Amino acid sequence: MRARDSDWEGVRLHVVTGKGGTGKTTVAAALALALAHDGRKVLLIEVEGRQGLARLFDCPPLPYAERKVGIGPGEEGRAGGDLYALAVDPEGALLDYLEMFYGIRHAGQALTRLGLVDFATTIAPGLSDVLRTGKATEATRRKAGGREVYDAVVMDAPPTGRIGKFLNVATEVSGLARVGPIHGHAETVESVIRSPQTAVHFVTVLEEMPVQETLDGIAELRGLAQGGLQLGGIMINMVRPVELTDDQLDAAAHGALDEHELDLGLKAAGLEDSLGLAASLAAELSEHAREALAQRSQRHRLDGTGQPRYELPLITDQMDLGGLYRLAAALRDQGAA
Amino acid sequence: MTRLDVDRLLDDPRTRIIVCCGSGGVGKTTTAAALGLRAAERGRHVVVLTVDPARRLAQSMGLTSLDNTPRPVPGAVRDPQLGGTLHAMMLDMKRTFDEIVEAHSDPDRAAQILANPFYQSLSSSFAGTQEYMAMEKLGQLRQSDEWDLIVVDTPPSRSALDFLDAPQRLGRFLDGRLIRLLSAPTRVGGRAYLRVVTAGFSMLTGVITKVIGTQVLRDVQTFVAAFDTMFGGFRQRAEDTYRLLQAPGTAFLVIATPEPDALREASYFVERLSQDRMPLAGLIVNRVHRSPAAQLSAARSLAAAETLESAPTATLARPDARSNAGATAASARYPLASTALRLHAERMQLGERERRLEEHFTAAHPVIPVVEVPAQPEDVHDLDGLRAIGVELARAADD
Repeated sequence: MRARDSDWEGVRLHVVTGKGGTGKTTVAAALALALAHDGRKVLLIEVEGRQGLARLFDCPPLPYAERKVGIGPGEEGRAGGDLYALAVDPEGALLDYLEMFYGIRHAGQALTRLGLVDFATTIAPGLSDVLRTGKATEATRRKAGGREVYDAVVMDAPPTGRIGKFLNVATEVSGLARVGPIHGHAETVESVIRSPQTAVHFVTVLEEMPVQETLDGIAELRGLAQGGLQLGGIMINMVRPVELTDDQLDAAAHGALDEHELDLGLKAAGLEDSLGLAASLAAELSEHAREALAQRSQRHRLDGTGQPRYELPLITDQMDLGGLYRLAAALRDQGAA
Repeated sequence: MTRLDVDRLLDDPRTRIIVCCGSGGVGKTTTAAALGLRAAERGRHVVVLTVDPARRLAQSMGLTSLDNTPRPVPGAVRDPQLGGTLHAMMLDMKRTFDEIVEAHSDPDRAAQILANPFYQSLSSSFAGTQEYMAMEKLGQLRQSDEWDLIVVDTPPSRSALDFLDAPQRLGRFLDGRLIRLLSAPTRVGGRAYLRVVTAGFSMLTGVITKVIGTQVLRDVQTFVAAFDTMFGGFRQRAEDTYRLLQAPGTAFLVIATPEPDALREASYFVERLSQDRMPLAGLIVNRVHRSPAAQLSAARSLAAAETLESAPTATLARPDARSNAGATAASARYPLASTALRLHAERMQLGERERRLEEHFTAAHPVIPVVEVPAQPEDVHDLDGLRAIGVELARAADD
């Protein structure tokens, strides 16, 4: 039985950002899996065209279409829900858009061959963003038979450095047509993004630069938040458990561990050359302690944001579906989903 | 696996440009700074060009701000006898773009271009401008001949390949037929041509106008009119710098971490470099976990920890063990040893996984020299930290 409900009841669009190298895509996928419990249907969207989701779920490259890629973890006899994935590219999204508003998909395809789509998204960078966020918000709002098609949508969003611009759609496209479909489209998108239905989560690891970018990103979104952009949780990825007591940590970090005690223990465990080994293991402990202390101070910096934190363990063996389910379980246990 | 001899690369006076590339978050900036510092301390006149707006280099080099001009790094060369120097700069891409415009047009026209909304969006957010301007700056630094070694840290793009492709993309875009067709159809190729394209053209402008609006289209047109004489130059410049990268004297270092994504990117990049006949010096794998006690395998280490934790204390050779404490786990006696053994096992497993991933790479690219840099327990944010990385980079060659 879970100790508490999800911290994000009512949130249906989860935007996941993070610095490169922090495992943003993996965490977004784990969050989507975690949300797909109790038969809930979840859509995971990738917007950067790197096919990271296909690799994670070990399936062929995703087309511009919603495909079932997995099943959420079952709990106490209740079946897990279906997890769908979609890779959005600006080209497909623009064709969708042209069809939706002008019914000219066919002409759109001709324009694609001319390189026009590339051109249009190039001269108006905000356009490509609004098309991608538009796809996510459309899926979030989509209804069939009077109820929402997806219980939750998770978007693997651009990295922290670009997230403010990416989500600030209406402002970014204000240079484009001031009236008309794009403008209206951007306003619809923004009304979803700036509603209690949407939360923006940050993925980080406990290192200085990623933590700094997280703090900067949070500050930036707070600056944009007068319109109601909801900040989500901070997902701390690749956490290695600290195995030492505080006293041991201090001693180890300063190279003052009791090597004699270590040596006795190794002897007791029946290991040869316990003395040489003790010195090597003491060196490892010392590194572990310094890392742990450095991480502790980074964690402390994140405390200042007041956003809920979730910790995800480092998966030391190959990151595969099994690892993804472990991360999903960790998120669910901590109330992130 | 061939080992990369970093010092030989840095000391060779023929090495004039080192490009550090790789996917985001692999430690490119730190590596570039560490290489620059080491080269300077070995007597070379070095400038490190970083393209990352996160001011990481500034922090790791103890500077509070970097701008578009190279600044000496204080405290960088401790032994002046060696005669080396170290400068660092951070690319301001908009500034660099503005400078090109100012240098190639009269003041009135330059002012007109700089004020154009389309130009402003192009110079600050076009995907590829950063890479183009990095290349441009690199070309300028090389041409000034003030430094005998330039170390470049490439932009934090999604893919390492962007660094090679983006500049030409911008060149092609600005020089492209579409932009001219759209903004000034009569210039393209006379009336006959125009007649042929007219039908398609009106549909094209129609859709473009629908999508981006007339205002943006007008901005583009004004921009093109003012920018006209510079178009050809843009492509030319991109091509010149590309050739500079192929020239002898340039060395590419591909940076990765022992993670699947980073190594996959590294693999793509290596293949691309060889395709384009770009000089690849080697692969640097950052944040590798190695153990000083590698003779103790993960399995034996775990088994030893379990022995300590499960055996009754009485059976263990501890002089002060109480005989009636049979139920007490020995780990209560030797908590430090059992923790150390478990940590060691975990580290060996991690190291083993990293080694397997690296083997995928080296099996596919057996002749590429590799150097590994161990994971640092703390972040590097001062010159001493950079020096330590430099020592690690050079160490492998001595082993």
